[in-house]
Amino acid sequence: MSILNEISQRLEEGDDAAVPRLVGEALAGGLAAKAVLDDGLIAGMNVVGGRFRDREIFLPDVLLAARAMYAGLDVLKPLLERAGVASRGRVVIGSVHGDLHDIGKNLVGIMLKGAGFEVIDLGHDVPAARFVAVARERDARVIGMSALLTTTMPVMKEVVDLLARENLRGRVRTIVGGAPVSAEYAAEIGADAYGYDCAQAVERVKELAGA
Amino acid sequence: MSGAFLERVGRGETLLADGAIGSLLMARGLEPGAPPEGLNLSAPHVVEEVARLYLESGAEIVQTNTFGASPLKLARHGLAGLAAGINAAAVAAVRRAVGRRAYVSGSCGPSGRLLKPYGDVGEEEMRDSFREQMAALAAAGVDLICVETMTDLREARLAVAAARSAATGVPVMATMTFDATPRGFFTVMGASIEAACAGLADAGADLIGSNCGNGSARMIEIAAEFRRHGRLPVVIQSNAGLPELRQGAAVYPETPADLAQAARGLKALGVAVIGGCCGTTPEHTRAMCRALDEEA
Repeated sequence: MSILNEISQRLEEGDDAAVPRLVGEALAGGLAAKAVLDDGLIAGMNVVGGRFRDREIFLPDVLLAARAMYAGLDVLKPLLERAGVASRGRVVIGSVHGDLHDIGKNLVGIMLKGAGFEVIDLGHDVPAARFVAVARERDARVIGMSALLTTTMPVMKEVVDLLARENLRGRVRTIVGGAPVSAEYAAEIGADAYGYDCAQAVERVKELAGA
Repeated sequence: MSGAFLERVGRGETLLADGAIGSLLMARGLEPGAPPEGLNLSAPHVVEEVARLYLESGAEIVQTNTFGASPLKLARHGLAGLAAGINAAAVAAVRRAVGRRAYVSGSCGPSGRLLKPYGDVGEEEMRDSFREQMAALAAAGVDLICVETMTDLREARLAVAAARSAATGVPVMATMTFDATPRGFFTVMGASIEAACAGLADAGADLIGSNCGNGSARMIEIAAEFRRHGRLPVVIQSNAGLPELRQGAAVYPETPADLAQAARGLKALGVAVIGGCCGTTPEHTRAMCRALDEEA
């Protein structure tokens, strides 16, 4: 088995001791940091995301895999920065104002980091104005919003409208998700995309960021 | 009266529990994002009114507005120090509404935190948090405790055990939330119905089952699984389906008639306590009440 396959497999198993060790070995063996990221860590997280979507594995497995991924990323990060490997772009995520449910949003954040994005997680209970302000200040390409309560969904529309008022619509794209949210709702409020689950959300963000 | 509850369940009676609280509180001025539990102190008359609506709709079990009133969960709003007072006020409000005409059920939802090694909370800290809530509910005179919407079996067991030790003599219902997967029903944390049956019973629950979820048709399948794998009486509190978009507004699709039909199906399976969860209203409860009465 190639060392990159092994990194991917240990990551899927949530082995946060083996992953950084193997990443170090791969680098010492002459592999580029970008290859270790793409074909080791990201490849592993993609498998984890797919298996969670199909409920072959559950949340605890995803959380352990994420921990292993972060441990590997810590080793790679200085090298990626030195090599000038650009992140896929910044994404601002959060649960919209009034929402306290953030496990789904956290998962999307983990998967986005795994996919090579820089993620700015504003947490839960995020008002519309804060999403827009942070996206502008940090030059983010995408705002991802999650809602789990039907009563808080309208905040998503506020964000879309606010971006339009500030002439940021083309520069900052929007994606929405969460149990009560649908593709139909996303279209109706003018959001750029809808993510049914975290794997789909990552695919849509890649499209939106042009990555 | 709490002794009477378990006796009635033991005789095979079917008891009707109430429905959703949060949506009714929002319709009465609860700010989105504000913790519903705060209203127990700031607007107890509103909490009392909601309990009365469910009593008048035929519910024999009316829950307290304490789903998120464990200190760990309240800490998210900086209210952990008020846990005892919030739980006491919540029980008092429902008691004023229902008197002895219904059982007051102390609701206890998840802590909102993940246990180590997945999260940062140790078992002891979580147990202490649940114990504080359970002790407050018991001191205020609840007739039952309902541990609900759990997805982590370890957390559910800590909550049930906390009720057993800190609310001595109070019957405990424990329900978890399951998703349909290609391999059967599992919680998002990976607990199967079979594991829930064994684990919740072992922790000391008197009734076990499921709440929330993907609608009443699925709940009938889930109830059948609980009947197959478990020995304890079963409690089922279903959502009115998953929200759908209609004319720009998100609505729960299942009507009172749908929930009434489900109540008949659940009763036929021998479910002991039948109620509603997200998206259900006093109208749903009333329809379920009529359905259960006509079968009696």
